[in-house]
Amino acid sequence: MSAPLLSIEDLRVSFPTPKGRIEVVKGVTFDLGRERLGIVGESGSGKSMTGRAILRLIRPPGVVTASRMQFDGMDLMALSEADMRALRGARISMIMQDPKFSLNPVMTVGRQIGEALRAHERLPRAAIRARVIEMLNAVRINDPERVAKMYPHEVSGGMGQRVMIAMMLIPKPSLLIADEPTSALDVSVQAQVLDLIDDLVRETGMGLLLISHDLNLVARYCDRILVMNAGEVVESCAARDLHAASHPYTKGLLAAVPQMHETRDVLPVLDRSAWGGTGT
Amino acid sequence: MISRDWLLDTSPTSRLQANAGRAYIAAGQLLRNPLAVIGGIIILLLILTAAFAPWIAPESPVGQNLQNRLLPPSASHWMGTDELGRDIFSRVIYGSRITLMIVALVAVISAPLGLIIGAVSGYFGGWIDRIIMGVTDVFLSMPKLILALAFVAALGPGIENAIIAIAITAWPAYARIARAETMTFCNSEFIAATRLLGASHMRVITRHVLPLCVSSMIVRVTLDMAGIILTAAGLGFLGLGAQPPLPEWGAMISRGRTFILDQWWVATMPGFAIILVSLGFCFLGDGLRDVLDPKQSGKS
Amino acid sequence: MAIADNSTDGSLHGVMRFVRSLAGFVVVVALTFLGLLAITFFIGRVVPIDPVLSVVGDRATQEQYDAAKIAMGLDRPLIVQFFSYVGNVLGGDLGQSVSTNRAVAADLVRVFPATLELATLGIIIGVLLGVPMGVAAAVYQGRAADQIIRVLALLGYSVPAFWLGLVGLAVFYAGLGWVAGPGRIDIFYDGIVPPVTGLLLIDSLIAGDTDIFFNALDHIALPAVILGFFSLAYIARMTRSFMLDQLGQEYVTTARVKGVAEWRVIWVHAFAPIRVPLITVIGLSYAGLLEGSVMIETVFSWPGIGNYLTVALLNADMNAVLGATLVIGSVFIFINKISDVLYRILDPRSRS
Ligand SMILES: Nc1ncnc2c1ncn2[C@@H]1O[C@H](COP(=O)(O)OP(=O)(O)O)[C@@H](O)[C@H]1O
Ligand SMILES: [Mg+2]
Repeated sequence: MSAPLLSIEDLRVSFPTPKGRIEVVKGVTFDLGRERLGIVGESGSGKSMTGRAILRLIRPPGVVTASRMQFDGMDLMALSEADMRALRGARISMIMQDPKFSLNPVMTVGRQIGEALRAHERLPRAAIRARVIEMLNAVRINDPERVAKMYPHEVSGGMGQRVMIAMMLIPKPSLLIADEPTSALDVSVQAQVLDLIDDLVRETGMGLLLISHDLNLVARYCDRILVMNAGEVVESCAARDLHAASHPYTKGLLAAVPQMHETRDVLPVLDRSAWGGTGT
Repeated sequence: MISRDWLLDTSPTSRLQANAGRAYIAAGQLLRNPLAVIGGIIILLLILTAAFAPWIAPESPVGQNLQNRLLPPSASHWMGTDELGRDIFSRVIYGSRITLMIVALVAVISAPLGLIIGAVSGYFGGWIDRIIMGVTDVFLSMPKLILALAFVAALGPGIENAIIAIAITAWPAYARIARAETMTFCNSEFIAATRLLGASHMRVITRHVLPLCVSSMIVRVTLDMAGIILTAAGLGFLGLGAQPPLPEWGAMISRGRTFILDQWWVATMPGFAIILVSLGFCFLGDGLRDVLDPKQSGKS
Repeated sequence: MAIADNSTDGSLHGVMRFVRSLAGFVVVVALTFLGLLAITFFIGRVVPIDPVLSVVGDRATQEQYDAAKIAMGLDRPLIVQFFSYVGNVLGGDLGQSVSTNRAVAADLVRVFPATLELATLGIIIGVLLGVPMGVAAAVYQGRAADQIIRVLALLGYSVPAFWLGLVGLAVFYAGLGWVAGPGRIDIFYDGIVPPVTGLLLIDSLIAGDTDIFFNALDHIALPAVILGFFSLAYIARMTRSFMLDQLGQEYVTTARVKGVAEWRVIWVHAFAPIRVPLITVIGLSYAGLLEGSVMIETVFSWPGIGNYLTVALLNADMNAVLGATLVIGSVFIFINKISDVLYRILDPRSRS
């Protein structure tokens, strides 16, 4: 492949605390082409901060530095806030975790989706409406006309997440970040939502950065996997080579995944001493 | 041993260490908040001024000297003199005693009263709670100043009655807070465990529930102080609070009202004292809230 | 999605719910009002050592005193007295005022519009300035703008209204001559426009008399600005805290992810959800201005209910004091509860 879609080198995110500034992302480096890249790691390992740093959404007092953060030939760190705004949504989009909190409670679903389009394209009202309905159809919502008029609290979690997907994909971005897109959903709809994302990504040829704490899920939906621990990437491999992972943390995570034909009585606990631990 | 690391240890080994660590962090945060520090200094100054009034004030607060009537501020009379030739600076200094007494008494009467009523209400729940909270709600939905005015009107003017009237209007807010806190704590397992160990209601309330309400009460009372000072001054201004010749700041402004257009200092100077002290309590209360009660931060 | 099921029986259901919440509202208001009556009754009949004296005033003769004692029915049990008091109030009888020698109810009707006019102008000023200031303070949290607004708001909690009124008069009336002095209107204009609404600004416009309108505006400007400052302090602070809460919400981040312009993020996404709680705050603040007007009206000799109350206080005119307390308290309670109801009607989250 030629130049990657996204190229990140030595990304660092830090926050001030009473004990001084602490880094929650400590020098993350990776490239992402038009492929599906997974970031996996425990809760608190800095995955979300990595995703948000790419969109430059970390607000003061948080501080982001990187020796390179390039998207489609543009230096993200050097862009003005206005240029960055033009990029957000239109070129890089992000599916947030929980539709209960990430959809505006006092705005109808249709308006919220339409707004994502209007932020980037000047279109007549009717055209926007048509696109919204079309997009709702694309995320497999029956009766989109009716759903568009609903408020977020009136739709279920699974449907809320489809609305979120519709909202983030309507301006046709070329990179989609999905930060734990199904963690807040019932197990029964998780696969449907992920399959939907997967289909849309394949259809449009976007790049996907799928963030999750679930190793299995990432292995299933991604081509390549980064394993993060305590703000650092500790392992990077193709999804199919995961079983051959070398880092003890990854091995620990793998060992903790229950198997279909389980013979163990007790699942092993991560032995943090093996790679130096995460603080405590 | 007490070291910074010991205090900031995230896994304290004793209750003492945990408490000391929390207090250390809270004090540190408070000291890093400039407004809170200013507020603390103002309150400290108020207390010192009240304590050492006879040494600070150059003249007697009540001694009349008709030759010196209505003198403008000057080197010998920093804040000028009033219509009876009394040094306004001295009167303002002595007035700090009255203000301090009013806020202290109101706090001492209404905070414990509200605390106990609220704790009882929240602890027992059921119809006791309904009745108490009904009464509290009625008081809370009444305008406080008007209520205090009506009470003083019935009780008769005077500083004691003003204090009683203000205290009567102040307790319901504390009862609400104490009740809310008590209800959260009562649903906690640790209170249930204490009950199971055979502690009486009385003991559970006084030993376990009340102490837990203290930090939010301190915040609330500090924030309310400004309002109490303003109400007391308002009563004084209307002639219902402290009576002449007491150097109460509100009453002093009221007397200066007649001269406001020509001898502006008579009414203006005591006002600055009121503003300064009220601001002090506001700043301190704001800072305390940020530290002790972060989820309430910014609300009033 | 049963929730969105807007078939016919759904709307019937909605009507039923509305009726039920309306009934609940009426009950709550009635109970609170009864509580208010109990308090005023308590203040009027139980607290004073001699309730008769506090009603007739200390200048009354022995005959007046005895007549009043019998008229008040003080020989009857307290509970009976209370219910006859409630009956009287509901019948619009608040007793006689010893200072004006008229029915307190009639007096209050006469003075209320002046207070309404002042408080309304005050709240308009407070909202127009306070809301944008609160939003700015939240958006620029921790920066100079926030600190300035914070101090300004805290000043609103620390400056005595009566003092600010006096200083305002000294500076802007006596000193600079920018505004007219105390009172509602210059004496030679008094009583010219026929009262329609009782609000001079509106009545003068109805009568087409711009001289009177501008004279009235000249008089109301300073007290209204001062009242506005106090409501601004409260409104700005509450707006700031609501906005801070909102700006930390996930859906505000969602809006930024979409590439929505920052002003839209602030005013549409963060601000829209707080409009409803702000209505409550504004309502409370409006009610608070009625209270604040007691001091301001006294300083500005504004012929409203606050001034009426303080004059009554000084004359130990208990019927007038309690009547004014009752009226201010009722309006206070009413605004309080109305904003509660508006909250429930306007928030889409509670509509389903
Ligand atoms: N505003 C903040 N201030 C300080 N620490 C923060 C802040 N936001 C997040 N963190 C810390 O950053 C770390 C990484 O968070 P995050 O990226 O959300 O983890 P993940 O998404 O992997 O679960 C966490 O340990 C969290 O405590
Ligand atoms: Mg996360």
